[in-house]
Amino acid sequence: MKKRIQHQQLSPEQGEPVFTFRMDRRKFFKALGSGITVTFSVASSLGADLLGDLTDSKDAEDQISAWIHVGENGLVTVYTGKVEVGQNIRTSLAQIVAEEMDVHIDSVEMIMGDTNLTPYDRGTFGSRSIPFMGPQLRKAAASAREYFIDLAAEKWKTNRKAIRIENGTVFNDRNQQTIDIGKLVAGKKLIKPINNAVSTKPVEQWRIAGTSVPKKNGETFVTGKHKYVSDMKLPGMLYGKILRPPAYGATLTTVDASGARSIKDVTVVIEGNFVGVAAPTLRLASEALYAIKAEWKTTPQPSRSEIFSHLKAIAKPEDGHDKNATGNVREAFNHSALKIEQTFNIDYIAHAPLEPRAGIAQWNGEKLTVWVGTQRPFGVQQELADVFPIPKEDIRVIMPDTGSGYGGKHTGEAGIEAARLAREAKKPVKVVWSREEEFTWAYLRPAGVIEVKAGATNDGIVSAWEFHNYNSGSSGIETPYDVANKEIQFHPADSPLRQGSYRGLAATANVFARECVMNDLARAANMDPLAFRLKNLKETRMIDVLEAAAVKFGWATATPAPNHGIGIGCGDEKGSYVATCAEVAVDPDSGNVKVTRIVVAFECGAIINPNHLENQIVGSVIQGMGGALFEWIDFKDGKIVNPRFSSYRVPRFSDLPKVEAVMLNRKDIPSLGAGETPILGIAPAIRNAISHATGKNLNTLPLVPAGLNL
Amino acid sequence: MELLINKKKYSVNAHPDDQLLYVLRDELDLTGSKYGCGEGVCGACTVLIDGTAVRSCITSTGSTVGKHITTIEGVAEDGKLHRVQQAFLHVDVFQCAYCASGMTLSAVSLLEKSPKPSEQEIIRSMQGNICRCGTYPRIVKAIQEAANT
Repeated sequence: MKKRIQHQQLSPEQGEPVFTFRMDRRKFFKALGSGITVTFSVASSLGADLLGDLTDSKDAEDQISAWIHVGENGLVTVYTGKVEVGQNIRTSLAQIVAEEMDVHIDSVEMIMGDTNLTPYDRGTFGSRSIPFMGPQLRKAAASAREYFIDLAAEKWKTNRKAIRIENGTVFNDRNQQTIDIGKLVAGKKLIKPINNAVSTKPVEQWRIAGTSVPKKNGETFVTGKHKYVSDMKLPGMLYGKILRPPAYGATLTTVDASGARSIKDVTVVIEGNFVGVAAPTLRLASEALYAIKAEWKTTPQPSRSEIFSHLKAIAKPEDGHDKNATGNVREAFNHSALKIEQTFNIDYIAHAPLEPRAGIAQWNGEKLTVWVGTQRPFGVQQELADVFPIPKEDIRVIMPDTGSGYGGKHTGEAGIEAARLAREAKKPVKVVWSREEEFTWAYLRPAGVIEVKAGATNDGIVSAWEFHNYNSGSSGIETPYDVANKEIQFHPADSPLRQGSYRGLAATANVFARECVMNDLARAANMDPLAFRLKNLKETRMIDVLEAAAVKFGWATATPAPNHGIGIGCGDEKGSYVATCAEVAVDPDSGNVKVTRIVVAFECGAIINPNHLENQIVGSVIQGMGGALFEWIDFKDGKIVNPRFSSYRVPRFSDLPKVEAVMLNRKDIPSLGAGETPILGIAPAIRNAISHATGKNLNTLPLVPAGLNL
Repeated sequence: MELLINKKKYSVNAHPDDQLLYVLRDELDLTGSKYGCGEGVCGACTVLIDGTAVRSCITSTGSTVGKHITTIEGVAEDGKLHRVQQAFLHVDVFQCAYCASGMTLSAVSLLEKSPKPSEQEIIRSMQGNICRCGTYPRIVKAIQEAANT
């Protein structure tokens, strides 16, 4: 239950009401052209009029989560509420469809994240697209393939067994007849339910899934043609700017917008604490914003220097009771031969997506269309419906492929702001957050304090494990190690800064603390840290990634040079497993820490796209280096002190170590997400390597924002 | 003002002090150049001025009059992708790709000046471009590949 509480706190999308699907059959085919459509529903008895019936069928609504249409031109169009934020899910899902349908990958088009065109989806987060959307698309595509065979068998008056499909062409093996799937469905208006019993292809037979299909629409990105929301322009569109409070917790007391209102073509909107302007140019909007005189009432806010004691003091211990506690952890700790007590301080860090929040809103009477970079288009639709308030059905939210999220774009602030301004201006308005706004007002990975008391026997068996996390979240808080006496608690607190999801959520902090303590226990037992982990693990998938990383790294025979050290860390989340080995070099004069080599082993079931998987793994590790070494949000009296890339350091080319990824392809395990878990092992691996090199056991994230204090 | 962009003349209404990035994006709809930081430290807005990579978010428009400006829209010539673009596609570098335009222009500029750069040279030269998705190793590999074609 602890996990649930925390997820609700970190991810407001939990518990989203079910979308009412309102598109009737006639309108549907008018929009798509004739052909065949396979929807997702367990209610297969609804038959050919399924979709029309669903309009009023409440039970079936949440069964639909995507549909596939095959047109007369043979083009396969997949409609899913999932969105593309750089994880290359557009490509992976298209591969799954092409594979099961036996069509060419280029004939599959993905329509994603458009509340008018795609069925309801809770959002793209939590590594859910591949394990949950993937299997549904597989079944829908396989169902479509079976319908093609039915149609062809009927057309050619032959046995289904004589028919096969390859590359979008249907073959009759008895008489060499062929027909393209598009021609097969020409003139037909068929809506077919998914056949839940349909057989999908065994992984061993994959020819498109399981291969390195290049990024869908890749050329539009390297030519600058792709329009991110921040690039879009509508006729007559205005540029919006928002007046931001001077600090967290500030409330507006007085505002004088007469100066802004006197500028020609400027629209000013004041609604409660919201003050914004819109103008035909960004320059004019900025001038208008500058002309507004506002007074704010500020309240005392904690600063970074006191955040850790503050969070611990206000955390709610009563929420942290561990129902899964086993044994008697305090007694076991007292009797342990080897004891470690450590407190870890975890800073707030920012996702800092390179494309800041952006939204464009256009009103047409009482109907609203919003283009916004968000991981939850349907969630933003609900937020807009609440704000204005108008029925959800009158709001269309569209999410073009966006300049990344990393868990940081579950919301749609810029879209809502643009809609407020556009309603008043009676023209479309675009709002793009500045980098400073993005660092200051977007939400952050939570800060927190983690306290660990752990004991082990002299021969290296972990005997006691007491783990308390204050505020930084419960994901990844459970230990994968086999411990007889353990108690693990999460204590939520009211964060003074806005906080929310992150890549792997809180697991980056929890896995860090755990793997640091495991390292220190191993050293206390005079054991190799890898051998110590293996001795306390039963989970074979974790053992497999640890061994794979160690072999590739040459862990057993590594002899680091003076001032060099090696470290290892591992973790699991959302069903996938990672182990990371790192080598660091510490400059004994400057205290500068350079990561020189990383090997990361990852396993997420059957691999759908090896090249893109490798990209996710390596990218996660490099992003994770930032949070491990130097990323932190500094703040004082409720103000972010370093809201720029010149003061908030992120990994750059010169930080690059040699990175190698080992991908374990478990064809016997259903495919899982890969955007989050690979980030988990890097911070503890680096910290443990620094410990190995210097004997210093660091206990903060980031580890060395200003170099190592030697 | 008259600007020479991608070998084409454009007449713009902007104030000479306006940063080039906003003139390109908002006035001329050349939106391949991206806003990332507004202080010239992320590289997303990179364009070439007379062949040299500059950050258009801190470049006044007036200072570019009479010079050759190249944006991502002008990198491919006669419908043929530049070898850097081809290499980026071949290596399949990008995730969100918001940094792609800036990376491409920085790499094009580097190869113009140093046709066979060492790995260290590539890293030094690309240091001002941020990729938050962490595709740096692929970018290095693709630039090496482009250098060899």
